Amino acid sequence: MLTILFDGVAYGMLLFVLACGLSVTLGLMNFVNLAHGAFAMAGGYITVVVVNRWGVPFLLGLPIAFLAGAVLGAVLERTLYVNLYAKSHLDQVLFTIGLVFMAVAGVDYIMGSSQQFVNIPSWLEGQINLGGVGIGRYRLMIIVLCGLLTIALQLILAKTRFGSRLRAAVDDQRVARGLGINVGAVFGLTFAFGSGLAALGGALGAQILGLDPIFPLKYLIYFLIVVTVGGTSSITGPFVASILLGIGDVAGKYYVPTLSAFVIYSIMIVMLLWRPQGLFSRATSR
Amino acid sequence: MALASDSPSLAPEVTAFLTRRARWSPLEIAFWLVALASIWLFPTKHLILTEICIWAMFALSLDLILGYAGIISLGHAAFYGFGAFAAGLAAKYGYIQEPVIALIVAGLLAAALGFATSFLVLRGSDLTRLMVTFGVALVLSEIANKFSDITGGADGLQGVEIKPVLGRFQFGLDGRTGYVYALIVLFLMVVLARRVVRSPFGLSLQAIKGNALRASAVGIAVNWRLVAIYTMAAGYAGLAGAVLAQTQAFASLEMFSIERSADVLLILIIGGTGYLYGGLIGALIYRFAQDYLSDLSARYWQYWIGFVLIMMVLFGRVYGGILAALLIGATIWFKLETGTSLVLTAATLLVLGVVREPIAKWIGLRQQQAMAAIRRMRVRMKPGAHAGADHAGA
Amino acid sequence: MPVLETRGLDKHFGGIIAANQVSLSIEKGARHALIGPNGAGKTTVVNLLTGVLRPTAGQILLDGKDITALPPHERVRLGIARTFQINQLFADLTPIETLGLAISERLGLGRDWWRIVGSKSAVTDEIVELIERFRLGDVMRERTGILPYGKQRLLEIALAIACKPRVLLLDEPAAGVPEDERHEILSSVEALPKDVTVLLIEHDMDIIFSFADRISVLVNGSLFVEGEPDEVARDPRVRAVYLGEAFDG
Repeated sequence: MLTILFDGVAYGMLLFVLACGLSVTLGLMNFVNLAHGAFAMAGGYITVVVVNRWGVPFLLGLPIAFLAGAVLGAVLERTLYVNLYAKSHLDQVLFTIGLVFMAVAGVDYIMGSSQQFVNIPSWLEGQINLGGVGIGRYRLMIIVLCGLLTIALQLILAKTRFGSRLRAAVDDQRVARGLGINVGAVFGLTFAFGSGLAALGGALGAQILGLDPIFPLKYLIYFLIVVTVGGTSSITGPFVASILLGIGDVAGKYYVPTLSAFVIYSIMIVMLLWRPQGLFSRATSR
Repeated sequence: MALASDSPSLAPEVTAFLTRRARWSPLEIAFWLVALASIWLFPTKHLILTEICIWAMFALSLDLILGYAGIISLGHAAFYGFGAFAAGLAAKYGYIQEPVIALIVAGLLAAALGFATSFLVLRGSDLTRLMVTFGVALVLSEIANKFSDITGGADGLQGVEIKPVLGRFQFGLDGRTGYVYALIVLFLMVVLARRVVRSPFGLSLQAIKGNALRASAVGIAVNWRLVAIYTMAAGYAGLAGAVLAQTQAFASLEMFSIERSADVLLILIIGGTGYLYGGLIGALIYRFAQDYLSDLSARYWQYWIGFVLIMMVLFGRVYGGILAALLIGATIWFKLETGTSLVLTAATLLVLGVVREPIAKWIGLRQQQAMAAIRRMRVRMKPGAHAGADHAGA
Repeated sequence: MPVLETRGLDKHFGGIIAANQVSLSIEKGARHALIGPNGAGKTTVVNLLTGVLRPTAGQILLDGKDITALPPHERVRLGIARTFQINQLFADLTPIETLGLAISERLGLGRDWWRIVGSKSAVTDEIVELIERFRLGDVMRERTGILPYGKQRLLEIALAIACKPRVLLLDEPAAGVPEDERHEILSSVEALPKDVTVLLIEHDMDIIFSFADRISVLVNGSLFVEGEPDEVARDPRVRAVYLGEAFDG
């Protein structure tokens, strides 16, 4: 049981790192970025190439993935996404679906359609024994790393000037602009950072979630669940939502294997109907 | 305030304006005549034409909720797959032997499912609706997967035997019966949909789509109208799925997938929403383009779909579509290798994204200048008319 | 019995009190004006009356019947209609269709999915009557979205009238309308049938004093003063809070 809890928490923290960029994008620009998973996928595949083929050490591969994701995000945001902010939600949905399709097919071409794995270093394989319970080393690493990241994110948001500008812009864009905050720049940086985080999540998650070209579509629903259940007005909301989802999914797969997905989706639907604004967000209407 | 003018009553004009749109336009009649003739004109193409009919039905059903009620759904394939399995299972286990009856039953069952889930799309924002519709399709897919001993699971429904339509017309390998069947069903669906969208109910849907707040402020029970159209759209999607299952004697889990929902969304967008024929035109373009291009890079078809979609969003349906077609055509013309064409088109996309806004502004400015010039010309040509119209109204 | 009555209407948004114990009593056929500084909560009151907002506390009665829990579209059915301060129209529909919509709904034809719009002469006759009354004949076939603001404003009012309401709530009908087009708006408001009760929100004092037979003053969500126009105009408190601004400015 403890193993399930542990695995669930690891899975949840991974989901959080993957999805928190999406949450901020939605909260900041009211932009539905269904292509978010593509950045995660990019991070995963870049790590595969860099670590497996070029022999770069795994721990170095992670920041490389983050940077690659951030650069990719920055480039796409300034060239393509920026055209979409004023457009309708339908247009945004169509655009991001188009982007996913291009990414999925493009990756299929470059890397092939079979599932890929990252060569993780030997000290991350296997389990260690903590008080009689077998704990997977890789998952432990994920918990530690993602935990540190979460704390760092919270600190950035709460203690830095950029963080307060970001929070202001999420709260009320017009007023923030009126205060002289360059909302466009805030958004560009945030989008890049969020994409970088997604890429990092993809790199970390390749071992656990499975990396193949349809990754963005497969996990899209999970990211969306984190964002809508967790709300977009804080970091703690998506964090708690991710942990719950992670534990729920792992526990579901263990205890009721044939029904687990069914249960997750049904709970999601019920949740969305009961509290459309998310469990944790303030009741601001958008 | 008495009427100052003694102009004749506007009643006939108003009536004419409203009823004129309900009449069959010459273009429509020509379309259906050609469709009818295609049975004999293209005897070898019946299979692909049947596919087009089915996509058209499916896209038409999406148009009802997207184009007329403004509901963005990423899970419309749920009803499509449901209809397909309803018809397929009915045939396989012999519950309903006659295809037309099975078709109607499948449609009604899909509509019932639509009714049951319609309440889920009434609440929440666009994103919530997107997710809920997506979620419903996923749930159905999971259910179908779970009962794989009945539904065939990942392999799909096997061993389906479709009996002759009306006891006489057997579905043959040449696809001719299938095509005539699909075409008739499509035609009837369009006729019914036409009546509905031209009715007061249809008008209220357009009002709801345009301004739901105002719609309720004139006494429209918004939610019930949405439930009604969602139910109808679900039924239509179910009919499309059922026709597919019957003409191909097959149904699979893939029919519930998000790829399917996204494909039909794309088809409708290509053809245009809100005028009923968008789904049909989009299906024609999509399927023929797919047929033509699949020789070239079948596996990466999805890439080009995504490309066209993005271009359409950036530059509008018409210009975006033309531009995308030109670029794709260029890669074919220059016989570019797959990898090169993928990279080049992606790079072009980025560049276009950067220049879009300045170009759009320039075009907008030119358009404004042209309109102003035309208006000035008109005033010059009819000196009294413009000012006079103002006074008559004042 | 007053035709429209509110008792202790409250509306709180978190910590913000938008409406505070608002009690109105409007007689049938009255020409009642609701005035107050910007942000006083006038539109909130209208939103509460029409059901767009749910009150935190209090009751709304129409002809003595409690309608507090009724959704907006049912209140329209009972005879309350409103116009919006900023035009809320259907950009893609023409005036003919817009008016036809409201008339069809009122006549109970709204759920008809088989007949064609325009096939009933009762509907088209009324459309014509409204178009002529509001002088929309020259633009009746254009998409509402491209009409000039003044015409849109006329349509906004015509749309509310198409619902043949017993109580009409007009939220700043002349707002944003150019000076030379104002008189059309105003004359259409003056021409309303005598048995229709009108609650008018306005800033323009000339309109208020020429139109209203009773004025309520709303300040920070609370009803401040109520009475006949002369009384209200003379009241020093009102001058200080509201009219004083107008005279200074």
